[in-house]
Amino acid sequence: MKIVSKVYTFLVFLFLYAPILVMILFSFNSTSSTSVFSGFSLEWYKALAEDEATLRSLYNTIILAISSSAIATVLGTAAAVGIDKFKKGPVRSGVMAVTNIPMTNPEIVTGISMMLLFVFVGRLVSRDAVLGFGTMLIAHVTFNLPYVILNVLPKLRQTDRNLAEAAQDLGCKPVTAFFKVVLPSIMPGIITGMIMAFTLSLDDFIISYFTSGPGFQTLPIAIFSMTKKRVKPDMYALSAIIFVSILVLLILYNIAQSKSEEKTKKK
Amino acid sequence: MSSRSSLKSKLVASPYLVWSVLFIVAPLIFVVYYSFTDASGAFTFENITALSKYAPTFLRSIWFGIEATIICLIIAFPLAYIISQKTEKVQRTMVMLVMLPMWMSFLIRTYSWMALLQDTGIINSLLGKIGIDPIHMINTEGAVILGMVYNFLPYMIMPIYSVMAKLDHSMVEACQDLGGNRLTVVRRCIIPMSMPGIVSGITMVFVPSVSTFYISQKLGGGSFDLIGDVIERQFQQSYNYNLGASLSLVLMVLILISMAVMNRFTGEDEEGMVI
Repeated sequence: MKIVSKVYTFLVFLFLYAPILVMILFSFNSTSSTSVFSGFSLEWYKALAEDEATLRSLYNTIILAISSSAIATVLGTAAAVGIDKFKKGPVRSGVMAVTNIPMTNPEIVTGISMMLLFVFVGRLVSRDAVLGFGTMLIAHVTFNLPYVILNVLPKLRQTDRNLAEAAQDLGCKPVTAFFKVVLPSIMPGIITGMIMAFTLSLDDFIISYFTSGPGFQTLPIAIFSMTKKRVKPDMYALSAIIFVSILVLLILYNIAQSKSEEKTKKK
Repeated sequence: MSSRSSLKSKLVASPYLVWSVLFIVAPLIFVVYYSFTDASGAFTFENITALSKYAPTFLRSIWFGIEATIICLIIAFPLAYIISQKTEKVQRTMVMLVMLPMWMSFLIRTYSWMALLQDTGIINSLLGKIGIDPIHMINTEGAVILGMVYNFLPYMIMPIYSVMAKLDHSMVEACQDLGGNRLTVVRRCIIPMSMPGIVSGITMVFVPSVSTFYISQKLGGGSFDLIGDVIERQFQQSYNYNLGASLSLVLMVLILISMAVMNRFTGEDEEGMVI
């Protein structure tokens, strides 16, 4: 039974990683083929360093992810604090139902619905090229918001309400009480929400595809227009670099986590 | 005093409420509006009546979605169980390995499957080396399903695993003590207890599978149009926003219905944590 489960685990992980291994292997290919390996070379990594359009879109992707996750975190945390004060009832359930829409709706529907709004408003103000960084930012903030709110709300419920009141009794203004007492205790939820928002924004293709204009391209959109014809292996090289950096980050995070767990165990 | 300060703290939600009306509710109203108007803005049922032409595409999308979801469930359930039986440290590493591929662009990963599945691709050249004739895989229904299973499998593994990891082990032991053999324990004990994870896994795989548009184009070679492909074309090629909107409206309603059916199986908390 043990061997069966080991083989099974191996096969599933092989399935999950097969295309990634292929991608890494062919990023070192000496020809531009993505199916026949003809020899080791670093040519595509060199080509990547000179490929300004790709690097530009990578830069755009990061800018968009940072700004959208920052806005979503502030807006979403404030929203969660407010919603937490709402009494159980139709208003609260209504707000929660709307909050859930971007998560449960198919991404393609979210994408086109926002595109319709932008195009309609664009026609009203008679501007043709309305789609661009601004519209993408709005779209990304919108689909990031529920992830922030749904990570902060449970933390707020776990926070002892008397703490904030005690702080106020001791002479804190409500705002100071919030920043000194409530905020630290919901911080883990805020950070998880922000990281989720950041990674979702980084990787989003479908919603970006419908809300972006020719002036502002992100990496997934650049990849998409490339895969319509042929993907050059320098894109594989970039993906390999991204893969390795995420892997390293995750391993470091894992080590840090197990170390802090050991510490708490010793105490 | 206390009621005034609580009113104030309710007010901090107002920027979000305005935002959600403008960018969540209003866009959906526009989908409805475009569905029932023509290019000049006049009211019409034309887009809705034109939908009957797309009935086969809708059916194919739903069928492919169901197939992909079932296969994901069959693959994910044993793996989630295996992971949940490991020590905490191993569990964390394996969960990380399940999530890691999701951080890579799904476009690149799907494209890379093309290289694997092609007639002269990597799998066939490996098969050739051990003397097996090439198998035609790309541009088949199977390839499209494979693409869906591949892309959405982690969405099935994660929720099932997180329920199983919290599962009370003494319940499983009690089940064994009552004389259940391995199969009975799984069927009467582990499956019912991990039902919430299974249900959210099913929705998390089914929704993106039904509405996908890239996978079918790349791995199906254009011969297995799904509803997402048709919608995408209305917006990016033929610029028929009105027909596109009505197709999306139907897709949305369809998914809402299937979610409502699924939710009848569990009384899930609407404010539960994400994964």
